[in-house]
Amino acid sequence: MAKDKILLAHGSGGKITHELINNLFVKYFRNPFLEKQTDSAILPGYNEFLAFTTDGFVVDPIFFPGGDIGKLAVAGTVNDLAVSGAVPKYLSCSFIIEEGLLISDLEKIVASMAEEAAKADVPIVTGDTKVVNKSKCDKIFITTSGIGFLPDVHKKISTGPDIHPGDKIIINGSIADHGMAVLAARNDMELQAEILSDCASLNGLIRSVLDAGINIKFMRDATRGGLANVMAELSSGKSYGLHLDENKILVQENVRGICEILGFDPLYVANEGKVVMVTGEKDAEKALEIIKKHQHGRDAAIIGEATTEHPGKAWLTTGIGGKRIIDMLAGEQLPRIC
Amino acid sequence: MKFIDEYRDRELVQRILKEIRHISTRDISLMEVCGGHTMAIQKFGIPSLLPTTIKLLSGPGCPVCVSSRRFIDHAIAIARKEKHIIATFGDLIRVPGSTSSLEKEKANGADIRIVYSILDAINLAKSHPDHKIVFLGIGFETTAPGTALGILKAKQEQLHNFSLLSSHKIMPPAMEALIDEGVQIDGYIAPGHVSTITGTGMYQKITKKYKVGCVVAGFEPTDLLKAIYMLVQQHEHDNPKVEIAYTRAVRSEGNKKAKEAMEEVFELQDDWWRGLGILPASGLKLRDIYRNFDASEVIEVDIEPTKEDKGCICGEILKGISKPSDCKLFGRVCTPQAPVGACMVSSEGACAAFYRYRGS
Repeated sequence: MAKDKILLAHGSGGKITHELINNLFVKYFRNPFLEKQTDSAILPGYNEFLAFTTDGFVVDPIFFPGGDIGKLAVAGTVNDLAVSGAVPKYLSCSFIIEEGLLISDLEKIVASMAEEAAKADVPIVTGDTKVVNKSKCDKIFITTSGIGFLPDVHKKISTGPDIHPGDKIIINGSIADHGMAVLAARNDMELQAEILSDCASLNGLIRSVLDAGINIKFMRDATRGGLANVMAELSSGKSYGLHLDENKILVQENVRGICEILGFDPLYVANEGKVVMVTGEKDAEKALEIIKKHQHGRDAAIIGEATTEHPGKAWLTTGIGGKRIIDMLAGEQLPRIC
Repeated sequence: MKFIDEYRDRELVQRILKEIRHISTRDISLMEVCGGHTMAIQKFGIPSLLPTTIKLLSGPGCPVCVSSRRFIDHAIAIARKEKHIIATFGDLIRVPGSTSSLEKEKANGADIRIVYSILDAINLAKSHPDHKIVFLGIGFETTAPGTALGILKAKQEQLHNFSLLSSHKIMPPAMEALIDEGVQIDGYIAPGHVSTITGTGMYQKITKKYKVGCVVAGFEPTDLLKAIYMLVQQHEHDNPKVEIAYTRAVRSEGNKKAKEAMEEVFELQDDWWRGLGILPASGLKLRDIYRNFDASEVIEVDIEPTKEDKGCICGEILKGISKPSDCKLFGRVCTPQAPVGACMVSSEGACAAFYRYRGS
């Protein structure tokens, strides 16, 4: 309807965001690369494929334990490339800055971006700066884009067409850290809990698994909408189900505490340094061993498997042995966490 | 996590389940009347663990779900006024009113703030002396004492720009109304948080009048299963009574201070419940001496005519007569991102819980 307006929920990353993307952006921009809706667009290159992605960052507050908007902007785009199986190569960045922002804050953010880019070994090669009137944006918004090279053998990783029952689901550590770290850092919450965001570039970790010759059948970073959204999206319309065992999914003690108090389900809370992989049964233990050696993968675990049961659905065995379906996040759980 | 994990112990859960299976021979319908229970039961997958003799029903335990559409329309009318700020719990902002919602009004520029307690709203009033702050008071005996304390504080601090729009309700009239309407209920899983405040005295009348057991339950799997076990045992022995399966939090006399605060600030009024209609002496209204803090008295607004949903069976769902999946709108027209009925809006609503955690 012409009178309908954009609601905060349209940016939640859940169903309502997907509806907006499909009914508006994809409808108008329609082309075969966009329609796949993978984290990075996979494009034909000369010898290999190109992976190309872009992401805007509006996190509030701009500094939070474990990171800041700059680190997030670099790691987020690096991860979107890396989870598609690509080697991230170059980044661009675009700043929209609110009049009045402290230059020292901007410098902190830029230094943090440089540090993260160096860690990930991906240079920031071009950029743009705009300043808007006071209160026309909130402190600073950053958009980063990235290009990576994707070897032919990995080009199915972002869609995962070869998953079969029996395949294993791996995650590189605890869930819900980022979302709860940002929430706890907001002044309006008056919560005294030092939760560190898991914000980190994962291209090194992912590369070490791929370089070991492990056949990763599917990979995605569990950002907005959390682990639940990745599972629900992947299983949707498929001939297999995806089963998770709650007892195997690590949630840090303090994160669980805040989730309990506020009624959040950690499965749906955003991560910024977590990758979900699906591998064949035989590859899983080997992959786990490699991931665990990496600094961002010490708490990695096999948390579930593809099943013949419940085709097209993601489902959970709860901590007490009950069963339930994992659906996509519907409205917004938490605004402006990335 | 300390104080939680021991109540989610898989071995203990299996032991209680074994006991339940052992004693349960007769069909039994148990109703919970608390949004927290609705969520916990679905979240932990409890229905998938119980024997087929036991049927769990979700009653009108979600305060957002039973609130009248007129309450939302009233809040929207206030939100549209210049220099008025609505302070509300997050759950309410997506509830559809007759033609709009607080979420839509927010997108239209209305000043609507999500708060976590009435005290946040009072702080807003202090920091915005040139605005009128209206707190949307919602909930049962659990949240009403908090609101009452907020009103006492506002009076003590002589705040002139703070008021309450109350949709607070009390639980027992609804528990009676359901049985009066003929809903098959063999036992109530009585609300845990409500009972911490009220104690268990108010359930005695229900048990005596209707011969239906009431067992107060907590929110962890072992709490809920223990309550279910006790209700099954009562039913098997035809011995309905009021018991507490949540003794670490609930005492039979309740919380005296909280009850006093409620008593001081509120009086009972007839109130409208979605699905149940008007129930006598079931709502909480500010007493006359606090009328300066009653938004419905001090803020003049034109509230649009109330339009009710078409085809929505929220009423039957709230009564436990129908399951969310029985509704023609469920999952198709009515989803959490585009809710038609209130049961779908609140995360504690039966439809939202069912939609998110559909048992398998």
